[in-house]
Amino acid sequence: MKTISVLFVFLLMTVVSFAQEKLPNVTLKDINGNAVNLSELSNNGKPIVINFWATWCAPCKRELNTISELYPDWVEETGVKIYAVSIDDQRTVDKVKPYVNASGWEYEILLDTNGELKRALGVNNVPFTLLLDGNGNVVWKHNNYNPGDENELYEKIVKLSAE
Amino acid sequence: MKSFNLSIWAVCFFTAQFSFGQFENLQLGTITGNIEATYQFYRPDSTINAQVPPEKGAMNSFANINYRNSFFKAGVRFESYLPVLLGYPQRFKGSGLGYRYAGFSGKNLEVTVGNFYDQFGSGMVFRSFEERQLGIDNAMDGVHLKYRPYKGVELTGLAGKQRFEFDSKLVDGQGIVRGVNAELDFRSMFPKIDSIGLQLTAGGSFVSKFQRDQNTILILPENVAAYSGRMKIGYKDFFLSGEYVIKENDPSTNNGYIYKNGHGLLLNAGYSRKGFGVLLQAKSIDNMSFRSDRSATLTDLQINFLPALTKTHTYNLAATLYPYATIPTGEIAYQADIMYTIPKGTKLGGKYGTKINVNFSTAYDVSRKSILYDSLLRGYTATPFGMSDSLFFRDFNIEISRKFNKKLLVNLVYYNQAFNASANIVAQTLGYIYTNIVVADVTYKLSKKHSLRGELQGLWTKQDKGDWTTVLLEYSISPHWTFAVIDQWNYGNDVAAQRVHYLLGSVTYITGSTRFMLNVGKQRAGIFCVGGICRQVPASNGFTFSFTHSF
Repeated sequence: MKTISVLFVFLLMTVVSFAQEKLPNVTLKDINGNAVNLSELSNNGKPIVINFWATWCAPCKRELNTISELYPDWVEETGVKIYAVSIDDQRTVDKVKPYVNASGWEYEILLDTNGELKRALGVNNVPFTLLLDGNGNVVWKHNNYNPGDENELYEKIVKLSAE
Repeated sequence: MKSFNLSIWAVCFFTAQFSFGQFENLQLGTITGNIEATYQFYRPDSTINAQVPPEKGAMNSFANINYRNSFFKAGVRFESYLPVLLGYPQRFKGSGLGYRYAGFSGKNLEVTVGNFYDQFGSGMVFRSFEERQLGIDNAMDGVHLKYRPYKGVELTGLAGKQRFEFDSKLVDGQGIVRGVNAELDFRSMFPKIDSIGLQLTAGGSFVSKFQRDQNTILILPENVAAYSGRMKIGYKDFFLSGEYVIKENDPSTNNGYIYKNGHGLLLNAGYSRKGFGVLLQAKSIDNMSFRSDRSATLTDLQINFLPALTKTHTYNLAATLYPYATIPTGEIAYQADIMYTIPKGTKLGGKYGTKINVNFSTAYDVSRKSILYDSLLRGYTATPFGMSDSLFFRDFNIEISRKFNKKLLVNLVYYNQAFNASANIVAQTLGYIYTNIVVADVTYKLSKKHSLRGELQGLWTKQDKGDWTTVLLEYSISPHWTFAVIDQWNYGNDVAAQRVHYLLGSVTYITGSTRFMLNVGKQRAGIFCVGGICRQVPASNGFTFSFTHSF
């Protein structure tokens, strides 16, 4: 009890800095079966976007199809990399790869079939977007998608890559 | 003792939020989680047979709080049902901790004590998961180990009870579940396989449950085992995968207390390249209800997961009136899914390309041969893919999606379905319900931030409640506001008094990861689905306010 109190006081007296949120030590498979540890993701100091979606989620597909057309420009202008994390469960997970290919998406696709990453990041429902700065810190989170939201996301990415 | 616990929490919280100034490089971890609260106020409405609880209002709330640093993780979920919303399991009551865990998370070893979720293979032998909006949560409560001794090898061991109810605290079912699983990725183990572009994985599981036999008439197996093997081969644009599960004899309420093994077989084949994808699936299930309590029913205490081989529909008339769910006692099912994008710049494809998705799925009952003199105890015999001519479900649908210009996006869908209402009891009638459904979904961007979306849906059937239509109008102002009005109208009901309009208005405000939503109006009795898993909801009239936030 005493040591805890002492530690507590020590903590309060210390000049502290926030521990930035990073991606957790969770390993997921990509659509080609490669294991990817989220805590090891890097994009050479450029921003990363993590977007949670599902093949049965209409607004998710609207969002990723919209961004898909803009993505080559986004990459060219900011160097951003997008990871689209599918939360499809066993019922629909086999449709992810055909859907992604048929839609011509150029994103990195990860499969969170058992919701491990979704839970670790506190994601409530899809679509859900996280933006990471060049050091892997989560700097922005956004829930849902309305047409035009991609502009807000892109403004944030441009701001980050200019830093 | 209480203050001691509080101090620990306070320390956890502070160490999590802050890192010492002197040790800038020493990150003391992060906290993530989410908060969700839904309040519903109920008004009586005899035209739709709306239910009102004695409290008139009901509220479900949750808060997930996860802490982690580079090697340690811990978390809790507070839950509160004051009282539980109608349509959820009514045995959820009070406030308290519904989920808690602590564990070690290293590079090759993960240990979790307390609650955890996991899945072996396709989940036909074991899957614990949560679908909060449906009130489904069969979280394990025990210990979980994951170990990766070599690159490409993953071993899992687990034991525990399953979450069953919530009475101001987590209440587990009485059975114990134990299991081991191995996954091998040959491509990571042998570079040669990788170099020829071959993808090869295999896995196997053993899961066993224990439940005391307190039956006074029958001698029941107290330990029931299930095992499975699986494989996936991928080469270039092709893949082929399959899993086979055997469950040993497991007399239960679900199968009428017969002493008979069950099986599950799932086969997938797919091909895809840019602009084209095809998936073929086949499934054979017999006597595969596997629960940690042999008397449990519905979605309670399920150890495994038997997904339906049908497309998960998103438009409400197709998704919520007659949705198909797997018949765990036995079914044979097939599905074909074809996706094609007509290239952009062609006459048919237009400026942006046109997407087409054709889907066909069907499910039949198992062909059962009765066993002479012994069918009461041993049931029947069935073979993999031996199907009867009794149709459970058939669905053909085609979806065309086209962006005409920067402003206009149109999605058209046609469905033709045959639904056996005697197999899935969701309608007011039994026998077959044949439906034709058409959906038009048009999004028009008024400006950079303002857009309007409309849905017009029609469902035509001679059975059950007859024809329906749904009209939806949604106006959104990016990135914060959405206003929507939806009317579902049972205009073709044989009984004139039941040709009801279910009118619902909704306002949503979003900022970052925070969402406020207000719904006012009538909700139809029926099925509410998330990702293809559904629950029954009663009709209601009133308003719902919900708040969600992630951090």
